[in-house]
Amino acid sequence: MANATLVHEEIIAPRTPKSLLGAKFAVLGVIWLSSALILRGNSTLPLDRSSLTSVHTWLSGLSSAIDRNRNSNPFFVNTIDKIRSSINTFVNLLQDAISQGTATRSVPQIGWLGVVAIIGLVVALWASIRVAILAVAGFITLGLLGLWQESMDTLALTLAAVVLSLLIGIPFGVLAGLFPKFEKLITPVLDFAQVMPTFVYLTPVTLFFLIGPASATIVTLIYSIPPALRITAVAIREVPWSTVEASISMGSTRWQALRKVQLPQAKRTIVVGINQTIMAALSMVTIAALIDAPGLGRVVVQALETLNVGRSFQAGLAIVIMAVVLDRSTTAAAAKVQIATSHKKPVSRRVTRSTKWLGLAITLVAIYLSNVYLWASQFPGAGLLGIKVAAIADSATGWIQLHLVTVTNGLTNIFSYGLINPIQSVLVDAPWYTTAAALVLTGYLLKGTRLAAVVAICIAILLVSGLWSDSMVTLAATLVAALITVVLGIAVGTWVGRSMRVDRILRPILDAGQVMPAFVYLVPFLGLFGATRFTAIMAAVVYASPAAIKLVADGIRSVPESITEAAISAGSNTWQLITKVQLPSARRAIALAINQGLIYVLAMVVVGGLVGAGGLGYLVVAGFAQENLKGKGLAAGVAIVMLGIMIDRITQAVADRRDVHAKTIR
Amino acid sequence: MNSEIDPTISVHGLWKVYGPNPEKIVGSADAFLPRAELREKTGCTVAVRDVSFDVSDGEVFVVMGLSGSGKSTLVRCLTRLVEPTAGEVWLEGEDIRAASTQRLRELRRSRFSMVFQHFGLLPHRRVTDNVAYGLEINGMSKSARYERAMEVISLVGLEGNENNYPSELSGGMQQRVGLARALASDPDVMFFDEPFSALDPLIRRDMQQEVIRLHHEVKKTMVFITHDLAEALKLGDRIAIMRDGALVQVGTPEELVATPADDYVANFVRDFPKSHILTLRWIARDPTSGEDLGGPILAPTVIVRDAARQILEAGRPVRVMDGERLLGVVTADEILSVIAGPHHG
Repeated sequence: MANATLVHEEIIAPRTPKSLLGAKFAVLGVIWLSSALILRGNSTLPLDRSSLTSVHTWLSGLSSAIDRNRNSNPFFVNTIDKIRSSINTFVNLLQDAISQGTATRSVPQIGWLGVVAIIGLVVALWASIRVAILAVAGFITLGLLGLWQESMDTLALTLAAVVLSLLIGIPFGVLAGLFPKFEKLITPVLDFAQVMPTFVYLTPVTLFFLIGPASATIVTLIYSIPPALRITAVAIREVPWSTVEASISMGSTRWQALRKVQLPQAKRTIVVGINQTIMAALSMVTIAALIDAPGLGRVVVQALETLNVGRSFQAGLAIVIMAVVLDRSTTAAAAKVQIATSHKKPVSRRVTRSTKWLGLAITLVAIYLSNVYLWASQFPGAGLLGIKVAAIADSATGWIQLHLVTVTNGLTNIFSYGLINPIQSVLVDAPWYTTAAALVLTGYLLKGTRLAAVVAICIAILLVSGLWSDSMVTLAATLVAALITVVLGIAVGTWVGRSMRVDRILRPILDAGQVMPAFVYLVPFLGLFGATRFTAIMAAVVYASPAAIKLVADGIRSVPESITEAAISAGSNTWQLITKVQLPSARRAIALAINQGLIYVLAMVVVGGLVGAGGLGYLVVAGFAQENLKGKGLAAGVAIVMLGIMIDRITQAVADRRDVHAKTIR
Repeated sequence: MNSEIDPTISVHGLWKVYGPNPEKIVGSADAFLPRAELREKTGCTVAVRDVSFDVSDGEVFVVMGLSGSGKSTLVRCLTRLVEPTAGEVWLEGEDIRAASTQRLRELRRSRFSMVFQHFGLLPHRRVTDNVAYGLEINGMSKSARYERAMEVISLVGLEGNENNYPSELSGGMQQRVGLARALASDPDVMFFDEPFSALDPLIRRDMQQEVIRLHHEVKKTMVFITHDLAEALKLGDRIAIMRDGALVQVGTPEELVATPADDYVANFVRDFPKSHILTLRWIARDPTSGEDLGGPILAPTVIVRDAARQILEAGRPVRVMDGERLLGVVTADEILSVIAGPHHG
């Protein structure tokens, strides 16, 4: 036994620096908690929902001033309005084509039959016939749900955003892949755009671009350009240098090397990037409903606001179908791009030339019919399937509320009284200066004065925003959701990481979970738990878990076989193997899972403002709705950004420390 | 200057230093500090240190060294795939370091080519299009470049594979594609950067034979980088041994084996059977007085291994004659000391 311990100690490495830091944090935590309890109720900086501070009025004034000067300020007239109108024109063009009528024509140019035929043809040609059947079935279901036009609006907006994202993201991604200096320059911007809860772009963008399709497209771009750009950069960098060097050694110009060597080899990865761009865009287009973007998202928002569970299920289901169709089609298309480096052809590729022409002819006929005849233009039926779905969802909810009310209420109460309330009351009732001091010290202990300064600045801005108390409410909900996410992530992640069989079963579900637009997670929980904080927290957990689980699983899997073998041969049992070898070795992955978990959760907790989660998210939503709360909504957006930065920087620092540890071990 | 005796490649005082302010290291006392110390002091690493050599037309010049000795950097400096820090590189009388980007590109397209350790084939192109790549970027028409590609494809023995993708070929076949690609532009000089290191030993031997055969057929000047002494001795007309960025010794295989410049080189060649390299010239000794000088006659260029049986069976000293001149005699003793090492005690 003595031997076994010895081996374990050797494998797992020196603990001293970490436990010393751990002790410091323990002391810090105890001091903060005790002072928070002793001084509770002092300097908590509360603010009523309807009260405003001078900063809020100033921000409201600023936004009105922007509104007033919109038509006279040259910057607005020449730049902002030009951008807005050209994006609007582009989106309107797509909408005229597939979703909306125009002044002279009450139906779109291409009706449902035409769109379904085009989708089928495009997917069959670029992906496979099997996926094409799935896509056609999916789109017909959208019509059966009675949400054809809304779905086409969402599709048009998504397409517009994707086209613009790729037009901007791919060239800049190529530059970033070629020039590391350029990449270094833009990485912080991309980080910022991706880390921030999507919610917070909404208000500032509307300030400049008003509400409507243009703003919706721009907020979507902010969110969907980064993946396109990043993956393109990675794709270019991944191209084996030996091929580039060989090409240069034969006298290629830089342009020739790019065009003939790097881009062809990067193509497959870039297509994967297109997939991610599409999914990001779809996710954001639905959220952009909050700033009056048309489409499925608007149906969900309206249903959530009126707590219409049946309706929200309809639209949620439609979003899921749209997401699955887009994801499967582009994934299959990406898989097909790979083939061109050998002669092996997939079975599905056996589409003969004549079949292609036949498909094209059928599609053209379908487009013509859908342009001319009403039956092919407007989806027939009154959305009977949609009515059925809504009815089922409503009756299921009714049944749950009638029969499972003890269970759901019990769960809500256990979490509320056992976890959420204590954490929230400690954070909200603690004097602001003790919490602030604890956070700054945390930053200092982790990474010295620089991180401490960043945290201090964030806190200062939170204080200026006048929303300290609301921020603590949001922070509490975020911490609770993150705690559950991380526990779930480690437990399930370990399970997935240790068993290939479990991995095979769970990974597709996790992948699907990650591509779903954030919104749809609220729907089922609303049905179960009604409009409460708990609904928002559970939705956040479900939204954030796939990322956390995958990170932990990959971390566990990446522990070298030799290490686990050594531990097993030293006589470890499974539990010892997990707790003493695999989890410690996967520390950095776990730290990253905590980081990602918190960021995802924060984004979702904020969206939860829609269903009664309170805190900053509610204020943002209220800011959209009520003119006099606009300034406060803006301030809440800023506060969310500050929370996000603090959470991200601190957890990143933890992850980096894990990294340093790992290096000293070797 | 008479262009006929001009070496094809001429390198003078070539340096490559990585790190901040690399020019300051060149020629300074720091440059001769041990690697770690230099790094500590200046943040720089010297990859190539004051290297000079000439390669004449049609010669196979091998640079041999262990990994990290700077040999791959050296060969890249010659074509400026890596920009040298200081020194001169002359190729067929042209100052390579002074060449403009445009001119350098022209030279790469027509005058020299390179074969790489990891092949550097384009996975998305068939063999023909890989081989024709250099011609394609030079603007040659499709039919002309395919015609030329087929010529070199059959030259390296790849007929029948021209429509395959690289991933469908074995490692040895892939490097044949690399060879064909380098030959396609009919360059004057070919550079090989450890081209066979990634291959299995048997395939490596085939490929070495292939290079020897090609050298006989196309008579290109070749600069060949390797870490394998056997390969160097087999292919090289002359070999340069490189260590820590500097050349330790330049000479023919016999010179290296017979008279290693220092312990480093001696260590390298120690385990290599000398009898496979040395010729009788190196082991002939002056006859002692009264020795029997009526034995058989052999030329000084005969390799020891090939002469061993005959000399051992002769029963008396064998004369080594360069034409009419007696260079010395060889007996069983000399043969044995080459094969089994010298007498001890």
